Amino acid sequence: MSDFFNSGWSIFIAAVTILGLAACLLLLVVASKRKVMANDNTTGHVWDGDLRELNNPLPRWWMILFVLTVVFAALYLVLYPGLGNAAGKLGWTSAGQYDAEQAKAQATMAPLYAKFTSQGAEALAKDPQAMAIGERLYINNCAQCHGSDAKGSKGFPNLTLPVESRLATDSFDAVKATITNGRQGLMPPMAAAVGSSEDVKNVANYVLSLSGSPHNATAAQLGKEKFAACAACHGPDGKGLKALGAPNLTDKVWLHGWGEEAILAMVNNGKTNVMPAQASRMSPEQIHVLSAYVWNLAQASPQK
Amino acid sequence: MSETPATASGAASPDAAGEIVSLYAAHQKIYARAVSGWFSTWRWALVWGTQILFYGLPWLQWNDRQAVLFDLGARRFYIGGLVLHPQDFIYLTGLLIVSAYGLFLFTAVAGRLWCGYACPQTVYTEIFMWFENRIEGDRAKRMKLDAGPWNGQKLLRKGGKQFVWLAFGLWTGFTFVGYFTPIRTLAAEAATLGFGPWEWFWILFYGFATYGNAGYMREQVCKYMCPYARFQSAMFDHDTMIISYDTARGEPRGSRPRSAPHASLAQLGKGECIDCSLCVQVCPTGIDIRKGLQYECIGCAACIDVCDSVMDKMSYPRGLIRYATQNGIDKGWDKAQMLRRVLRPRVLVYTAILILILTAFGASLMLRTPFRVDVVRDRGALARLVEDGRIENVYRLQVMNGTEAPQRFRIEVDGLKGAIIAGKSLVEVGSTESRWVAVSVQVPPETAGSLGAGAHPMRFNITRLPDASGGEISVHEKSTFVVPR
Repeated sequence: MSDFFNSGWSIFIAAVTILGLAACLLLLVVASKRKVMANDNTTGHVWDGDLRELNNPLPRWWMILFVLTVVFAALYLVLYPGLGNAAGKLGWTSAGQYDAEQAKAQATMAPLYAKFTSQGAEALAKDPQAMAIGERLYINNCAQCHGSDAKGSKGFPNLTLPVESRLATDSFDAVKATITNGRQGLMPPMAAAVGSSEDVKNVANYVLSLSGSPHNATAAQLGKEKFAACAACHGPDGKGLKALGAPNLTDKVWLHGWGEEAILAMVNNGKTNVMPAQASRMSPEQIHVLSAYVWNLAQASPQK
Repeated sequence: MSETPATASGAASPDAAGEIVSLYAAHQKIYARAVSGWFSTWRWALVWGTQILFYGLPWLQWNDRQAVLFDLGARRFYIGGLVLHPQDFIYLTGLLIVSAYGLFLFTAVAGRLWCGYACPQTVYTEIFMWFENRIEGDRAKRMKLDAGPWNGQKLLRKGGKQFVWLAFGLWTGFTFVGYFTPIRTLAAEAATLGFGPWEWFWILFYGFATYGNAGYMREQVCKYMCPYARFQSAMFDHDTMIISYDTARGEPRGSRPRSAPHASLAQLGKGECIDCSLCVQVCPTGIDIRKGLQYECIGCAACIDVCDSVMDKMSYPRGLIRYATQNGIDKGWDKAQMLRRVLRPRVLVYTAILILILTAFGASLMLRTPFRVDVVRDRGALARLVEDGRIENVYRLQVMNGTEAPQRFRIEVDGLKGAIIAGKSLVEVGSTESRWVAVSVQVPPETAGSLGAGAHPMRFNITRLPDASGGEISVHEKSTFVVPR
């Protein structure tokens, strides 16, 4: 990773730095001697007719400290990056320091997590310390999409749903696998298979009727036979098929929006939904504790 | 350095014979003579006052915890019954502003009072010089000891002094750390020298700084390092009380027979200054106050004390060196005339500002709620539709309990018609802890319809439920509610 367009700039910056240091020393040498008037210990300068500069010598340690400061700067530039592109003898980088601190933190936390990884989700759910860690991990890594209250929003699943209304994460292991490896949901555009736009509208109303949501009964009746196109995945009764990742259409869970318009958009355009894999962002131990926390959200009584 | 005083007649011509000299010189050690008197007593009173406070405060307890403790790890700052959070930083700002205006005020009135009486540099130097005086003797003895050869006597005195200095320095470092780590814990650790690495560092560092600054650097800190020392002189004016040598009374200086009465001075052609040079010997910065005000003068008034004692011996009136204003000295005013000029506009302005800030500071502390709330809107999803078309927004509230007992809080929302908090609205927060709670606010579809799409102002009311320490207290925090298109 270069900071400059070409190495010439690096040399230029390094030269300016070294010259600057040398100039500091030169300044000290040049400005450390002065002609002093023999008769009154002043420098001979006179301002405003009566104001003169008295020779008040600074203590020698001050000069020594000045030199030491320059020496320190020179040593620093040898040991650490600072002279143009030079890496410094110690090979220190901020990224390296970050990695070292990360490793150290991991090592510090290892015994703590070791205690957790040997336990299952039920045991962890009863451990307030594990739940507090899980909550912090959740807030820092998951809340951006799934919300602080974990109830998700349009396109982002609600993590507090009871197990029976879940599509893919209906076990602790499934939660863990989803967080680790991510997940993709695919709904193909089905408008062509269903028929005309009128047919699609009717099917949408039929789908709404399955869950007892507000709908147009006539349209729903007409859409019932067109539902065959959907039944391949969502099942003839619309109860979905977990193996395919096809959601249950008869419940009140509307991941991609509620109402006729949302269903029309889904049937007409389809959708690819992505849960990104987190394996590279968290250690397996962290994911274990986090999964327990998230799994516990589904189990948790609302008054916890 | 030549000691010839600058002549006031005209300018020296630039090409006058001179020599090239270095502008750096080895530091000349100052052997300040011990002094006693009215101002010295005041200084010692302040030394005792400030140091009893500094060394004693950490040992005081307040309901089974240290009364004054700055817990950096937990970021909680306990001062008596007050628990401050990092969010209360404004109080530190206030404290610094009060200190600054206080400094401006009494510097404008009476010069470098802070430097002369209360500054830690002066106070610790005073303490270290007292030890030095006890062990090595006063000025002349110390000079002789330093000049003399190394023998058992010298070794004993120098070693003894070093021991006492180091011990005192370490105790100071220990006390300093005791404000951050409970000092009783620290004392228990001290028995086995089992301090943590940072405790070791700060005890040694602060101890060494005390030892070095008060034992060796002394006046050089004021002369070459301290920024306050430099800019205090800029706050002087012609009506500032400064330590002044009354040239008119004192000159021409010179020795005279002890028996010469005060009335005969005119005949002798002498002023009141007997040129005993005691004022130079007691000066901690080694200047001669008779040359007038100099930047090195820290306003400690040691020369006043010693000169007054000489004047007493000579049966001359006191005050040849005294606190006086430049106007007073130039125009020969008496004390009353000088004091009349104290209440000048700049002093009145400083005082007014100081009272204003102190009042605001006090009122703010009195009105401070025992808890604090921050509202952070969820940024990922601005709003969502839930069952039956209600609109829901999610917020994260950080509730910080500033008391030392668990507290329960009720969260309510107002400013939106029909808005409710979905889920639990009661939170419990442990003693001095802060807690993040996710809060969902829902509004019915008709409210959303009448508001229209966009962000609408609303506010959270967080109420501390009554407990042993008092009744209900509410805090209001503004936020916005987003209705999607």
